[in-house]
Amino acid sequence: MNNVYYGKLVFELSKPGRVGYSLPKSEISGYCISEMPDVLKRQSKTILPECDELTVVRHYTNMSNNNFGVDTGFYPLGSCTMKYNPKLNEELCALPGFNRHPSTPVEYVQGSLKVYDEVQRTLAEISGLSRFTLNPYAGAHGELTGLMVIKAYHQQRGDEARTKIIVPNSAHGTNPASAAVAGFKVVEVKSLPDGTVDVEDLKPLLGPDVAGMMMTNPNTLGIFERNIPVIARLVHDCGGLMYYDGANLNPMLGVCRPGDMGFDVMHINLHKTFSTPHGGGGPGSGPVGVRKGLEHLLPNPQVEKKSDGTYDLHCDEKSLGCISSFLSNFTVIIRAYAYLLSMGKENIPMAGKLSVLNANYIKECLRSHYLLPIEGLCKHEFVFDGLRPEYGGDHHDPAHVTTLDVAKRLLDYGFHAPTIYFPLLFHEALMIEPTETESKDTLDDFIAVMKRIAEEARDNSEMVRTAPHDTPIRRLDDVKAVKEPKFTFKNL
Amino acid sequence: MAKVIEGLFYAESHEYVRVEGEYGYIGITDYAQSQLGNVVYVDMPEVDDEVTAGEEFGAVESVKAASDLFSPVSGTVVEINEALEEQPELVNADAFENWIIKVKLSDPSELDNLLDAKAYEAICE
Repeated sequence: MNNVYYGKLVFELSKPGRVGYSLPKSEISGYCISEMPDVLKRQSKTILPECDELTVVRHYTNMSNNNFGVDTGFYPLGSCTMKYNPKLNEELCALPGFNRHPSTPVEYVQGSLKVYDEVQRTLAEISGLSRFTLNPYAGAHGELTGLMVIKAYHQQRGDEARTKIIVPNSAHGTNPASAAVAGFKVVEVKSLPDGTVDVEDLKPLLGPDVAGMMMTNPNTLGIFERNIPVIARLVHDCGGLMYYDGANLNPMLGVCRPGDMGFDVMHINLHKTFSTPHGGGGPGSGPVGVRKGLEHLLPNPQVEKKSDGTYDLHCDEKSLGCISSFLSNFTVIIRAYAYLLSMGKENIPMAGKLSVLNANYIKECLRSHYLLPIEGLCKHEFVFDGLRPEYGGDHHDPAHVTTLDVAKRLLDYGFHAPTIYFPLLFHEALMIEPTETESKDTLDDFIAVMKRIAEEARDNSEMVRTAPHDTPIRRLDDVKAVKEPKFTFKNL
Repeated sequence: MAKVIEGLFYAESHEYVRVEGEYGYIGITDYAQSQLGNVVYVDMPEVDDEVTAGEEFGAVESVKAASDLFSPVSGTVVEINEALEEQPELVNADAFENWIIKVKLSDPSELDNLLDAKAYEAICE
């Protein structure tokens, strides 16, 4: 009831003349607002909701209860690494000493610069690269910055002919998008049936026009690219650089390093791998690392540790330039620092290993009910190709149950839906990534629900095909939402 | 089961060509529309644009994904199906009736590289 009433738009709760405040009388004598020149006065009526304080509080509290996050339930969204964000991170980034204006002179923010520098060094050690910039604001911004590094590298060598970036057909959509924004032509390389890059398909694409190749390892199917040394050698032999998309870095933490695999440039999503808030709850952070010899190309300014132990900001003439104002979303960096220090060198590898164990556990428990297109051990995530035919997934049957239906039904059971219809290699892709922060009890609960949904799909497919039934909003009309989008209250 | 029509030429990337004289009507197959789900937008070239066999000429966007369209043949666009601008869902209603572009074929021998109905049906299995 509360949600039905207070869950309305705040404009719908508005009553003309109702206020939640009372202004004191003006204490400035000789000043009257009606004497302001007309040109300074607003001519049209303000369109603001008029509500009392309690209504506003109930409205927002009820609305926040509709939100779903890692703090409310299991969030197995593949390739997003929705691990728990420890509350300690929040406590530390709220320390008053970090609360400084970005323009504060460097001598007054030595502590903040030290945090920046230590996170930069730690990420370099974890990745096997030489140096990181923490300036990019998000993962896609990091990708763009990394590609700008590749572009600057070729341009400064006087090699203008390198216009192509090679991207596997299993890649995240941001890869071709970032390459296009950076001014490259995107060339797709095919995957083998086991989901890894087809080296034979790659060979004819390589040449003097290739600027680099972007790869995610493990890839978006959760499969480790075993041919990575061969691929890196081929790309390097033709003069290109290797770019590592850090979206799937989690399972490799402390176990193996992109730098050792031959990658030259990479980005990391602090909001995935290093437990900082994610997505709409961000802001994000997309640090970019480079191998030795490319450090001068990183964006300005860089934080520099001087010989006397103090820190300063440094701008390099050969840098690709600035890509952000100031030093990124700094409090995100503090959160990542808190995570790195609380895990420590000894425990970081456990995060990666447990994320792999959890993913394989779910995969093996559910393959009896869902189609597993690729055999073998996965890393931190894996992909099903929809329900098995005997559980309502037979696409020859007009009443078959799709991955979309399964995802919607999961909401009724209080779980966030996995990633669906990505990667595009399978028609009914359903991508699950549990992360290491979930207990076995949660995993078992999720497995039981997924099996139950499969049984419902077999015995009572209507129930699944019309889900969700218990959410504040039932199934949306996706087509109508795309074709007749309504963004404002007026349009309703 | 997805419909396949005899007498059309099919590409492995799920486009078809219906040949009438020196012209070809190009669209996506019934199988393609069924896999894409509800189509919400069709990105088409302009009249007089050149299309090349095997190369992209537009895109179909559904609630599931955006997919590039690859031309099965080379030629010049003489007409686009303007009805799809307002009603892209016509592709779902009948993909073979609602072609996307009409092309004047520049090299009819390219049709020999395409699949017939039987061969196309086999790859949809």
